[in-house]
Amino acid sequence: MEPVYVSFHEANSFFSNLYDLFAEWSFWGVSPIPDWLAYFLAGFLIVFAVVNSVVVVTTVGTWVERRLIGRFQSRVGPNRWGPWGLATPIADAVKLLSKEDTRPEGVDIWVFNLAPLVFIVTPLLVFAVIPFGEGTYIANLNIGILFIIAVTTVPTIAMFMAGWASGNRYSLFGAMRGVAQLVSYEVPMVLSIVGVLLMSGSLSLVDIVEAQRIPFILLQPLGFFIFLLAISAEMNRSPFDIVEADSELVAGFHTEYSGMKWGTFQLAEFIAPFGAASIITTLFLKGWDGPLLPDFVWFFGKVCFVWFVLLWIRATLPRFRVDQIMALAWKCLFPLGILNLFITAAEVLIWGDPTTAQLWIMVGINWAVAITCLVGISQLMSDKLSTRAPLAPVPVRRARGLREVR
Amino acid sequence: MPIRTEPVTINLGPQHPSTHGVFRMRITFDGEMILDVEPVFGYLHRGSEKLAEERTYTQVITLTDRLDYVSSMSNNLAYVLAVEKLSGINPPERAMYIRVIVAELQRIVSHLVATGFFLNDLGALATPLMYCFREREKILDLFEMLCGARITLSYMRVGGVFQDAPPDFWHSLSDFLNYMPDYIDEYERLITGNEIMLIRTKGTGILSAETAINSSISGPVLRASGVNWDLRKTDPYDVYDRVDFDVPQGTVGDNYDRYLTRVAEMRQSLRIIEQCVDQIEEGPVRTEVPALLRPPVGDAYGHVEGPKGELGFYIVSDGSIAPYRFKIRSPSLINLSALRGMMVGSNLADMIVTFGSMDINMGEVDR
Repeated sequence: MEPVYVSFHEANSFFSNLYDLFAEWSFWGVSPIPDWLAYFLAGFLIVFAVVNSVVVVTTVGTWVERRLIGRFQSRVGPNRWGPWGLATPIADAVKLLSKEDTRPEGVDIWVFNLAPLVFIVTPLLVFAVIPFGEGTYIANLNIGILFIIAVTTVPTIAMFMAGWASGNRYSLFGAMRGVAQLVSYEVPMVLSIVGVLLMSGSLSLVDIVEAQRIPFILLQPLGFFIFLLAISAEMNRSPFDIVEADSELVAGFHTEYSGMKWGTFQLAEFIAPFGAASIITTLFLKGWDGPLLPDFVWFFGKVCFVWFVLLWIRATLPRFRVDQIMALAWKCLFPLGILNLFITAAEVLIWGDPTTAQLWIMVGINWAVAITCLVGISQLMSDKLSTRAPLAPVPVRRARGLREVR
Repeated sequence: MPIRTEPVTINLGPQHPSTHGVFRMRITFDGEMILDVEPVFGYLHRGSEKLAEERTYTQVITLTDRLDYVSSMSNNLAYVLAVEKLSGINPPERAMYIRVIVAELQRIVSHLVATGFFLNDLGALATPLMYCFREREKILDLFEMLCGARITLSYMRVGGVFQDAPPDFWHSLSDFLNYMPDYIDEYERLITGNEIMLIRTKGTGILSAETAINSSISGPVLRASGVNWDLRKTDPYDVYDRVDFDVPQGTVGDNYDRYLTRVAEMRQSLRIIEQCVDQIEEGPVRTEVPALLRPPVGDAYGHVEGPKGELGFYIVSDGSIAPYRFKIRSPSLINLSALRGMMVGSNLADMIVTFGSMDINMGEVDR
């Protein structure tokens, strides 16, 4: 009988190798592992490996992030535990695990305890459909991108659970802001993805990577720009971190959490940029594909680069105000997304199956449109974005050499 | 059917990341819009004014350090000016120059801290703050050369300063004057033209010149509202009448103007220091003053243009070794009086930024 999972089995080299290993393992002609168990074991091990790799990479990533932000801020960063402070994440984890898990009075206990779990599961789910290399992925969903759009919204529910259950008004403010932000940014994010879908003709992330003859960042500059902003807003990264807004809301929705529950929130927030970088790499940077080096290295390198750019933005920019974030989504990104969608659709209609030369013509058109739009918007807002004349403009004279007397 | 809403009251502080100490505001919100603000302070009250009545005139200097703990030099200066006025002591010329130099260095420190925390309140993940603190450390090193302390300095004395500056100080100061303009340029490149900074601060927290004058506001906050009032010009003390500098003024009186005013004042302070370094001559730095100073019966008010505004000390003497009455006019407290009008009607995020741009210091508010 033909197993139902055969297509999945054949497509995924990692899975099929493991599956064959278990299924063909035999003592004197007797196979101790039945077919279904081999299937389960192979799947479980792969998921286990991916989830733990993500967590370990994130753990090292926290160290890298803190060291890099230290460099950005002209200070040293954590350097005490282990060589160059490499053991700092472990020390942090031990400290968080040994801390008292306080729970204020009047919280909704079930929702309060469940929120960190919901918050950490969803960023991990993103990695279920990301192709890490050629034929290396957990699942090749034919609706992969829809799955990602669905999954990236779920942390907001956890955020609202945490904010509502805490019984703290700062938390509630943060939760309300989070929901408003999600509702606004989901629209431009989907619109920017639709451009990619039109180009690739598939919802599966594996197909999207394979459809990129040239990286989609060249074909979809506007879409990339919108997606980068929207995914930053969805992750609540600076400059869109109004949900946590430490200077306004103390810590936003996780103000009342302590110990490892707080640590879970933090871990999830550190995982989220890696997830976002993976999505951006897959959609816009040709995924795992690249010359010379193995596909894993290319994927990881691209993810790290995008992650670094996100970190760079975070270390540099101040925070938007709530209404400005909404205005940016609805007045700027939404029309741009529609425009991008329209132009992309027209191009796909004209050049149904473009040759390489036609692709480069599309690149030229799209970059021209993107630059025109962004310059135009900054011109429209020029009165808001202009600096005032510096007050009392006096050139400061440099000190000359000291006189002899003293 | 209209949606029913009800106002929410939040205690912002005394434990809150952006209250710059232990300030507390009871804020009534409608959504995120502020309906009412009620400032509550006194959490850091130490009774400095009463404590001063039990101490000799020299010992009181240590109390003034702890008023506005990021600008001890200016506090020292205001106090010793008041006592010198009370007892008719004239400090030597070199001491006056050194006082002006360190007071202007202290102004730069205070403005660096103010600018850094202002950007922190804007949510810039401490990057500008760390940049500002990098140069603050350099100035604190200079102070350490002068008097061994970095924060609570107690460098000024009635009739001069504690001791003459060591020769190394002048070299370090010269280095500092050389690179500081570049660093201020660096902050400006990072902050002044930043689009998010511009849309966040322009037109928010407007303080009109009329309100500012009526509320008796002083310092950069007043000048940002477009009022030309600087005690260094209007009532020059020490050697401010011998140096040439401008008084930066804002035009609108919003958060952005207050930021610009502080940056411009840092440049002016550098200018003043350079002129003082050029003009200063050899000489004594301290007149002979009895260890237990007994000023004549009477009262005196000494004031300086501190980094946060007009800092004044009103001292009443009964001829004994301790002040009979000691009153501090602290600019931070008085600048707070216009806070409610600037905050009501704005929202939570803008309120925090407005509060940060006022640059208050709780050590001075509560005394």
